[in-house]
Formats: sequence, C-alpha cells, structure tokens
Amino acid sequence: MKALASLWRRLPGTARAGVVLLGLFVLAAIIGPQVIPYDPNAVTPLTLKPPSAAHLLGTTQTGQDVLSQLLVGIRLTLELGLYVGVLATALSVLVGVTAAFLGGVWDDFLSLLCNVFLVIPALPLLIVMLGYFPQKGQLPSILVLSILGWAWGARVIRAQALTIRNRDFVAASRETGERGWRIILFEIIPNIVSLIAASFVNTVLYAIGASVALAFIGVADVSSWSLGTILYWSQSANSLQLGAWWWFVPPGLAVALIGTGLVLLNTGIDELSNPRLRDARSSTKIAGRRIWPTDPTPVLGMPKVTTRGRLATLAHSFSRSSLLDAPGGEF
Amino acid sequence: MTYLLRRLAFYLVAAWVAVTANFFIPRAVPGNAVQAIMSKFPGQLTPAAFDAITAMLGVGHQGSLWHQYVTYLNDTAHFNFGVSVSQFPTPVSTVLGAALPYTLVLVGVATVIAFFIGTALGVLAGWRAGGWLDRSLPSLMFVQAIPYFFLALLVVEVFAVTLSWFPPGGGFDGQNYSPGWNWGFISSALDHAILPAFTIVVTSVAGWMLQMRNVMVTTVGEDYVIAAQAKGLSDRRIIVTYAARNALLPQLQGFGLALGFVVSGALVMEIVFSYPGIGLLLVNAVQGTDYPLMQAIFLVITFAVLIANLVIDLILVLFDPRVRAREAN
Repeated sequence: MKALASLWRRLPGTARAGVVLLGLFVLAAIIGPQVIPYDPNAVTPLTLKPPSAAHLLGTTQTGQDVLSQLLVGIRLTLELGLYVGVLATALSVLVGVTAAFLGGVWDDFLSLLCNVFLVIPALPLLIVMLGYFPQKGQLPSILVLSILGWAWGARVIRAQALTIRNRDFVAASRETGERGWRIILFEIIPNIVSLIAASFVNTVLYAIGASVALAFIGVADVSSWSLGTILYWSQSANSLQLGAWWWFVPPGLAVALIGTGLVLLNTGIDELSNPRLRDARSSTKIAGRRIWPTDPTPVLGMPKVTTRGRLATLAHSFSRSSLLDAPGGEF
Repeated sequence: MTYLLRRLAFYLVAAWVAVTANFFIPRAVPGNAVQAIMSKFPGQLTPAAFDAITAMLGVGHQGSLWHQYVTYLNDTAHFNFGVSVSQFPTPVSTVLGAALPYTLVLVGVATVIAFFIGTALGVLAGWRAGGWLDRSLPSLMFVQAIPYFFLALLVVEVFAVTLSWFPPGGGFDGQNYSPGWNWGFISSALDHAILPAFTIVVTSVAGWMLQMRNVMVTTVGEDYVIAAQAKGLSDRRIIVTYAARNALLPQLQGFGLALGFVVSGALVMEIVFSYPGIGLLLVNAVQGTDYPLMQAIFLVITFAVLIANLVIDLILVLFDPRVRAREAN
C-alpha cells in the first residue's frame, strides 16, 4: 500500500488523469451489468427515442436501451482487452527474454520472427483469419489478436533484456552457478518490470482498438454486446442518416476515452523510466523567465542580457577551436 | 550495398511468410470453407466456379500438399489469384485493379501529409518542452485514441449530412463521369477524397507528433545542441540543422513500423465513406465469403506495406551518414 502511494506521488499529472479515467471505466464494467435499467436485448415498441428520463441514452431502432447496451459493452470490451493483454504480453516476455538470454542463432531467428510480425499489417490478416473461423463467442478474437499482438513488446523487451544480460550482477550470479531459469526469473525480469507494464498497456490499447474495428465491420461475433457491436448495429441500421446520434456517439466516445486513459498511463510509465522526458516538463519561472533544466544556471539581476546571449559571448573566445565539433559543420 | 541487400532479404522473407500463411490458414481452420461458400450461394454456383474454389482452397484431391503449394506460389508470382466468387466469373486481379488506385492515392497522400505536419509540430513541441504546444498533447492523445471509423462517422455527419459541403460517400460522381484521365472525373474524385483524407490526417497527426516530440526532447539535451547554442546560432538554425535533422532518423524508422497500423485504420475508414478502395472490397469479400478475393487483398496490402518500408530504408541510407558508414564496413 505504501509503495503504491509513493508510486502515485511520483506519477506525472497526465498519468494520474489516465489512471482516474481508466478507473471510472473499470468501475462501470464491474458494477454496470448489475445496475443496468433494462435487458439490453429486450425489444420494445419505443423505437429511436432520443434521451429521456426513462432511457437516459435513448433507444435503438428496435427499442433497445442504449445505456444498458453500453454498460454491458464496456465490460465485454475491457475483458477482451485484458485477456489479450495478458496473453500477448506473456508471449512478448517469453520471446523477448528467451532471445536475449540464449543469444546467437536463436536470437537471430526470434528477432527475425518479431520483425516479420511487425511489418505485416495486422488488421487485414486478422480479418482474413476471423473470416474463416466460425463466429461464435469471443474466443477466436482473443486468440487471433494475441497471436498477432506480441511482436512489438517482444522487440522492446529483448533490447532491454540484452543490456541487462551483460551487466556485472548477472555475470556474477552465473559465476556462482545459478541456473538459467533462476537468472531469468530473479535477475532479469525484475529489472524490466516497467517495460513489461508499458507493453501490457500498449497491447490492451491495440486489442481494444482492433476488436472494436473488427466488430464494427462485422467479422467478430456480433450477437453479444461490446462497444464495437453496438457501433456495428447502429451503422447497419443507418443511425447516421436517421440522425440518431445518441446511438453511435456514446460507444465511440467510450472507446476514445478508454484509449486516451491508456495512452496517458503509458506516457506516465515512459516518463518514470526516462528522466529526460520527465525533466522536460519541469520548467520553472525565475524572475519572470521560464528556465528549463537543460538551460545553464540562471544569474539573477541581469535582466537585459538573455541567457543565450551571454552564453554566446562566453563561448566566442573558443569558438574557433575544433573542440565543439558538431554535426552540421558550422565552424 | 550490404545493408540494402540485407534489408531486401528481410522483406523477401517477410513476403514469403505472408504468402505461406495465406496458403495454410484456409487449410488449417476447422470446417470446410467450400461448403460455407456453397451454402452462401445455394444453386448459384456453376460447376466451373466450384472447381475453381476447391482448387484455390485446396480442399479437393489435387495432388500432395507440396504440389499444391508450388502451384500456389507460381500462381501468386504471376498475379493469378483465381476467380472472384461474389463477382463470378471476374478474375480477382481485375477486381483488385479497379479498387487499388483509390486506396493507394488516398492513403498514400494522406499519410505523407499527416507525417509531415505531425513531425513539424513534434519538432516545435519538443524544442520547448513544457510550452503551450507541448501542454496541449494530452488533448491530442484523445484525438489519437478516437477510432478512425468513428471520427469518419462524425465527419460525415457534420460536413456531408448537416453542412453538405462535401459528398457523403463514394469515390466519384458515377452519374456524370466515368473513370479515366479527364478533368471532370479527377475533380470529382478529389472532391470525394477530401473528407476521407481529412479523417486520416486528423487521427494520425497526434501519433507522429508525440513520437517526434519524444525523440526531439532527447536530442535537444545532447551536447552538440548546447554547443550550437553556445556559438550563438539562431534558434531556427539549431532546430533545423542540428536537433530536428538528427531526431528525424528514428522518426523515419518509426514511420515504416507504424505504416501497417495506419493502413489498417484507413481500410476500416473506407467503409464509412463507402470509398471504392481495398478496405471496402475486403469487408465485402468477408461478408460474401469470397475467400479468393479476401486472400488476394491481404497479400496486396502486405506487399504495399513491404515496398513502402523498402523505400523508407532507401531514404534512410540517403539521409543518414551512419547507415552509409555501416554499409562501407
């Protein structure tokens, strides 16, 4: 609990916003299906009614309650994202760490496999694969999305595991006769936890985006309610032409907000592990001037001369020397 | 030259994997794909069409698996993708040829525009990290998280249905023009492409911007940038020739990797605009269980992305002295 609290304090504001945003949707996914006002499948004569007190988000063309569908849909979409995130990230860690640890031919082969999976566009392949599967339930989507979703994480994890593998403490534990799996589990993996977390968040983002797109074009199972299938039914009923904005705006907005939450969370993880990105935000105002960490220490009381101008005169004396050789070749 | 040869070999391997996956997927899935097609078109398929489909999917007894594979590779190399089922008896390559130019021009031009705008904005945001442009990033992330097709829906609603500034869908005005190199058709096609292109640009700009901003922030902290500041060079010169030039290289590499995602998003978006490109064709093929067409589209999209990546590698060699140096060794 204490560790969590200190992590929360170190998170940048944007990442906190992401956590709060995601938390709201997770909460909706957990308690939503229990408190839905209507059965999302119930067909009523109240067709295409705009939002009212009885139906807070209006009704569909067959008189179904949009809010009930939305709450059930958020749960299904988040569940799918979670399953794919866990499965694909496990694959990423397995492939990435194995490649880095074994090295040699294995590393070459696994890296090649990774790059091939990265360069082949995923969505057309997903559509082709799902086109052959019988469309029953979420399992085909989860499996196919996981099979195609591990490559990016594996690539990043491999690169980091490779540098850790060559550090002294790993060499030391190898010298003391520790087994390979023990080195992987207790020396390498604890050092790439933040990377694994980032790749998990990224994978969930990809899974939600792809599954919503797949459901929207109707190649996933459209008989159960997810955010994508709500959009699919509203599109096939021409809700746009009918002006039924309350039908397609809420699910689309929900996808966008969940995505924003995940991206914000990920920039937070990025900034925690990369000090340069973190420092970039920490500019302060001193005597009316905005100072960035990369600027030289400000000297107060000389408001007429700018920092840069003073630096230039300082540097003038040795500017002819080749010490400051920089790309661009200005000298 | 070795660097380029190695990249070329990699793309050949990737193409081979895609082609091979395309061969094995229909043979690996449970159920009989031919039956699925037959039940979709009861009594409509001629025996010739039936034979074409079984040969394509390898369900009948057409020699060993190896023999089928070699035949399939040979056909693919000659762009012989079989016959479309939903538009029988048009060859798949003809159906593809009609749709491909729309997608290539639309997605190609829009993606390049988005890349340039996003990179330029990323340079500015990264140069003064914490400035107003940089602080607007969270709201841009929201724009980026909107699914392509959903933004497309909103764009159609506002600009086509409500304001009727632009046509709501289609590739050109089919009543007055026919495809060809005449001004009337081209201007009509452009008119129809503006909204889809706008959608692609708006949703993908933030991604390029964020990526460039992060590389830029790291580059701005490098010693040679501080040295350039110490020499008193103008900000403009430092940004363009020192910081951005070096930050651009990882950005270009990222462009190649992200291309697959952008193309995928653009394909789904075509459906909303009923844009007569590859994406709409793919979805129609899936819904009509037109397996030969579906598989050919997957191959064409994959090859397009691979070729684009090869072009990016060529540009990198031209721009990056380090890659050239590695090559010389």
